[in-house]
Amino acid sequence: MAHDKHFTNQEFKVVGTRVPRPDGVDKVTGRARYGADAFAPGQLVGAILRSPHAHAKIRKIDASKAEKLKGVKAVVTSADLPDLTNGRRDMLDILENCMARGRALYDGHAVAAVAAIDAETARKALKLIKVDYEVLPHVTDVDEAMKPGAPIVQPWVRTAGVDPAPTKASNVSQISTFGHGDVEAGFAEAHVIVERSYKTEQTHQGYIEPHACLASVNPDGTGELWVTTQGHFVFRNVCASLLGMEVAKLKVTSSEIGGGFGGKTHVWIEPVALALSRKANRPVKLVMTRDEVFRATGPTCSTSVDVKIGATRDGIITAATATLRYQDGAFPAIWGMLGAMTSFACYDLKNVKSVGYDVLVNRPKVAAYRAPSAPMAAFGVESTIDQLAAEIGMDPVEFRIKNAAKEGTRASYGPTYGPIGIGPTLQAAKNHPHMKAPLGRNQGRGMACGFWFNFGGQTCVDLNIGVDGTVNLTVGTVDVGGSRASMALIAAEELGIPYERVRCNVADTVSLGHNDMTEGSRGTFSSGMATVFAARNAIEVLRERAARTWDIDVSKVEWQDGKAVAMGSEHSNLSSLSIEELAAASPNTGGPIAGHNEVVADGAGVSFATHICDVEVDPETGKTRVIRYTVIQDAGKAIHPDYVEGQFQGGAAQGIGWALNEEYVYGDDGRLQNPGFLDYRIPVCSDLPFIDTQILEIPNPNHPYGVRGVGETSIVPPLAAIANAVSNAVGVRMTHIPMSPPRILKAIKAHRAESEAAA
Amino acid sequence: MHEVQLTASLRDAADGAASVTIDAATIRELLRKLVERYPRMQRRLDEGIAVSINGEIYRDNWSETIPDGAEVFLLPRIQGG
Repeated sequence: MAHDKHFTNQEFKVVGTRVPRPDGVDKVTGRARYGADAFAPGQLVGAILRSPHAHAKIRKIDASKAEKLKGVKAVVTSADLPDLTNGRRDMLDILENCMARGRALYDGHAVAAVAAIDAETARKALKLIKVDYEVLPHVTDVDEAMKPGAPIVQPWVRTAGVDPAPTKASNVSQISTFGHGDVEAGFAEAHVIVERSYKTEQTHQGYIEPHACLASVNPDGTGELWVTTQGHFVFRNVCASLLGMEVAKLKVTSSEIGGGFGGKTHVWIEPVALALSRKANRPVKLVMTRDEVFRATGPTCSTSVDVKIGATRDGIITAATATLRYQDGAFPAIWGMLGAMTSFACYDLKNVKSVGYDVLVNRPKVAAYRAPSAPMAAFGVESTIDQLAAEIGMDPVEFRIKNAAKEGTRASYGPTYGPIGIGPTLQAAKNHPHMKAPLGRNQGRGMACGFWFNFGGQTCVDLNIGVDGTVNLTVGTVDVGGSRASMALIAAEELGIPYERVRCNVADTVSLGHNDMTEGSRGTFSSGMATVFAARNAIEVLRERAARTWDIDVSKVEWQDGKAVAMGSEHSNLSSLSIEELAAASPNTGGPIAGHNEVVADGAGVSFATHICDVEVDPETGKTRVIRYTVIQDAGKAIHPDYVEGQFQGGAAQGIGWALNEEYVYGDDGRLQNPGFLDYRIPVCSDLPFIDTQILEIPNPNHPYGVRGVGETSIVPPLAAIANAVSNAVGVRMTHIPMSPPRILKAIKAHRAESEAAA
Repeated sequence: MHEVQLTASLRDAADGAASVTIDAATIRELLRKLVERYPRMQRRLDEGIAVSINGEIYRDNWSETIPDGAEVFLLPRIQGG
């Protein structure tokens, strides 16, 4: 029981309630300290010089004038970040992305950095650094990068996943194939086949807080880093490795985080800040501008996707294929592979094949963005599914229900599913009032499904009971969406005490064992599991203390509703002992009372969602207004329903921006044209309807409370759901995301011209 | 004995094999024997790998036991946001 990971269908008293979050007051009063809110005596201001070229050889960097400028304390280049990676190409890629090594690989790539006494001096110093570039041919489009003769981004890359292994350099770093059955035979059985190509443009996570850190390295080899991150333990390990520091000597503290969504799972400026501090022997604060965030952190991929699906007239899919080309920026990654893995995961398919291409271009290194790669694959697949349903004259929800994956289905990426929630989300969508609401003129409705894997990982929790019986719960997963409240609820549930008696904090790296990133929708799943086990360990200690107090055997003590109770008629004269009483007596019963747990929380359980969307499109301007939006998703168990709903709504809101407006625009010169929120338009409140939510709870068998991750899946269906809605509204199939007003107008006009030509 | 399925992107490290038969009680033993047979697989393990046992994906817990007759897939390690 104590450490049993399996779901036990426990009845809850506080889990599932909507309590106030512990960080709420600090955040609404401005007391919360984010990445840029740390200060140290004698701190310097860091600034980074970035390449104006998409691709260039760096022949020489002359920093002599900058170094002589009064107030400049250090200038660093790649020479100050030597290669200590011992042949690990993945680590060298991280280092090279943080500071160019001989070649600038994209517009915005860091080539040098300075630390100075103030921002003005730092900016002046950057202007004094002379970089001699030899501009090289560049490529920024994913399809162009795959053509013969395209400029090669990384000459050392040979395409993995092909036999025989190639000997020539290619921009295709990896080809990943998934599937089973015989797709050609399956298409031969189909009565109707729909085949389409789709494109999505590159988008940024758009977190409001830019990357920021305060680094301090001492001559004795110790150091500290205050940073906005999704995983300070991983940042510690990576930075220590890149800078040749010992892990235990680098203390990393995570600040409050103003959004990450995957973009703060990678280091960008942190090794540079540490290198500056080491050279200057002073603390260095480095804060990115918004321009830098867009040009030099990790947006998601732009993609080019072909989908072909065949079905019988009675609505059974007989075969499905997808070719998915994802641009990874300038460094090899696995985003095309993940697109291929997730593309058909919602469906029970006899014959299926998906091929993912990971493609290098002269754009910034791509990072994860909430269920990375799945939204673009779902856009292509769910758009094609909708067209296929229309071709055979079947309701799109019914068509999906008929083909939905279920327990026992072999997933398109290989394994066989256990209990999953795609069917129930579709049934809920079918029965939802939204599906039956009338639509007006120029309005359209769309729906789509989405899948994400979820995962757990290494997790460590401390639970300490104070002398007054209140509880400090210390976790190592960064709170990106209310997880401190959820963790406190879980501890309160196990201990049988009020939520208000538990305070959850995120520890720095010297105060707790390693914790993996808050990514993969793992925070509440994995730290929640560790909290359950840590609380149960503490209860064991509490029972022992009560037994000692009563001088009876511990087997005769049970923990009930926050109290130790002596069992058996022979002890009926013993009054129960509360957690407060046991805590107060603890100095004389054995000392502090605590519970700890370290766990590898695997078995996170896959996640599914179905979204419904209504839009109104102005046929004169092409502007789309989302007028109603509903998210239905399986949460396994919603520990704190507010924050589960918040994740559902947040994913949908980001998906709406991605679907309708957001887009990296590159010029012919390979430079990003819109690195700011004025020209890169994320949705604001007035762009969004109230996003309705419906939480389904299909327990994850591999978590004691049945929890599944909820943070990512909600961004998977919106591109497709909105594209289906817009296509239904305007009567033209939209195949290019974002569906910005010019793109919609162009599609409407082209359709009109085709119709007139046909008439 | 387990029939371990390899996703296509891992097969080049296993001389092109789509599946391999390995007798292993745990993930750790499975991976050790896999590397013994295909030394090039070590690099893939270093880059990150996941093992699916009866549909549950394990990324880190190499002590997980593999039941008799279990469906076993070797997958690349996934990343999240």
